[in-house]
Amino acid sequence: MSTTDVKWVLVATTDSRPTLVKGSRASRSTISLKLMMAVSGLVFIGFVLSHMYGNLKAFGGEEKFNDYAEHLRTIGEPLLPESGLLWILRLGLIVSLVVHVTSALILARRARAARPVKYAVKKNRHSSISSRTMRWGGVTILVFLVWHLLNFSIGKVNPAGGETDNPYTLMVDTFDLWWMTIIYLVAMTALALHLHHGTWSAAQTLGLTNTAASRTRAKLAGWVLAVVVAGGFSLVPLSVLLGIIEK
Amino acid sequence: MNLTLNIWRQAHQDAAGAMHRYHVTDISEDMSFLEMLDVLNEDLNVKGEDPVAFDHDCREGICGSCDLMIDGQAHGPEVTTTCQLHMRSFTDGQEITIEPWRANAFPVIKDLIVDRSAFDRIIQAGGYVSANTGSAPEANSVPAPRDKAMRAFNVATCIGCGACVAACPNGSASLFLGAKITHLGELPQGQPERYTRVVDMVAQHDHEGFGGCTNIGECSSACPKEIPLDVISQLNADLRTALRQGR
Repeated sequence: MSTTDVKWVLVATTDSRPTLVKGSRASRSTISLKLMMAVSGLVFIGFVLSHMYGNLKAFGGEEKFNDYAEHLRTIGEPLLPESGLLWILRLGLIVSLVVHVTSALILARRARAARPVKYAVKKNRHSSISSRTMRWGGVTILVFLVWHLLNFSIGKVNPAGGETDNPYTLMVDTFDLWWMTIIYLVAMTALALHLHHGTWSAAQTLGLTNTAASRTRAKLAGWVLAVVVAGGFSLVPLSVLLGIIEK
Repeated sequence: MNLTLNIWRQAHQDAAGAMHRYHVTDISEDMSFLEMLDVLNEDLNVKGEDPVAFDHDCREGICGSCDLMIDGQAHGPEVTTTCQLHMRSFTDGQEITIEPWRANAFPVIKDLIVDRSAFDRIIQAGGYVSANTGSAPEANSVPAPRDKAMRAFNVATCIGCGACVAACPNGSASLFLGAKITHLGELPQGQPERYTRVVDMVAQHDHEGFGGCTNIGECSSACPKEIPLDVISQLNADLRTALRQGR
């Protein structure tokens, strides 16, 4: 062993000038970013639940479904202009999306920087698949969201080439294509995984899981939301494909 | 038993490291993992090679010095410290990969030894109870509710080994932070500094370059002292209170 090696063996700390943070603020912490993710995530949980409920109107037939879509635009009239409430809700969702994605990006970059050298071997002992796929699952949902809005909202793209002004027809035409239904089912799987871990994680981040009982409840809520939301959403495309819902 | 070891060798902090292969023979299954490494080092000494540097102190599972990533698991396959892990947990002829904790905040000093003084600075930032000097006060004059005292005691068993950071895919020290925050926050003596403590300790944690928490739970299952995940919920709850107080 050379003398230069000996020097390194004897050094107990690698930082000769350790620094303590001054003027720390709660709002600038990583936990604040997590809180923003949790709150915006809860907004999305409320959204997917009501969106799923609306979709189930498809089982009532064309009139019920289209009436519901129309009512979303006239709700709050005459106090609010046409689509007034819809735009208020949309604005809330857009803000939540920006907050959720921005916080996720900052935290993901931080996590990558926190471990510059990877392990040669790394095993997972406990974590669920849903918890380990949050980032990629989130990206999957985001990509799906772009197509979904082109499909039914902004673009009204009918992949079957038919009518686009009638929401019900557009929906039936889309899901009559087996590959479209598959795309939607894959997206719902990603959503289910995201909700499964996200619900529990939001509760934990908000500091609501201090006891074993509340932890069990939060995890159960994740399961229930994943099954109810993804299952409820998937019912409509599956029913169209199987001919239960028809034009 | 005979074993093949893949061990990370790195001469000093700025040197490039690499995995090296070693063979050890006639290992008793009653040996601890560190004793097995002692056998390897004796052999290396005889051959005139540089022995493998690894951290250890009490070898009783209470000091938190030993810190090896064994086959992708912090402290190896059992829920205990590396020093209390015995070779009966392995099989004859097995190949074992041994790496240092991997975290930006824990730079490698040599081979398997990392600098964990980032933890010391987190404690320095607020992980204490300020007390005037003088004679020790009568312990029974400050009543502590039993459930709170028990919770504080359970999480005070954290030995600061860093297994939580090593196991976390985000390189977060939230379990360590949560253990300290809960330990001091549950006791009457910890109340006066409770909300400045959480802000200062979290700020130091972030400053040291640890990642954010995604509540996946790998930390808790790697913890040799089985610190439960609810301490992170407590940490988040305390930070949320500090936010409300405008700290």
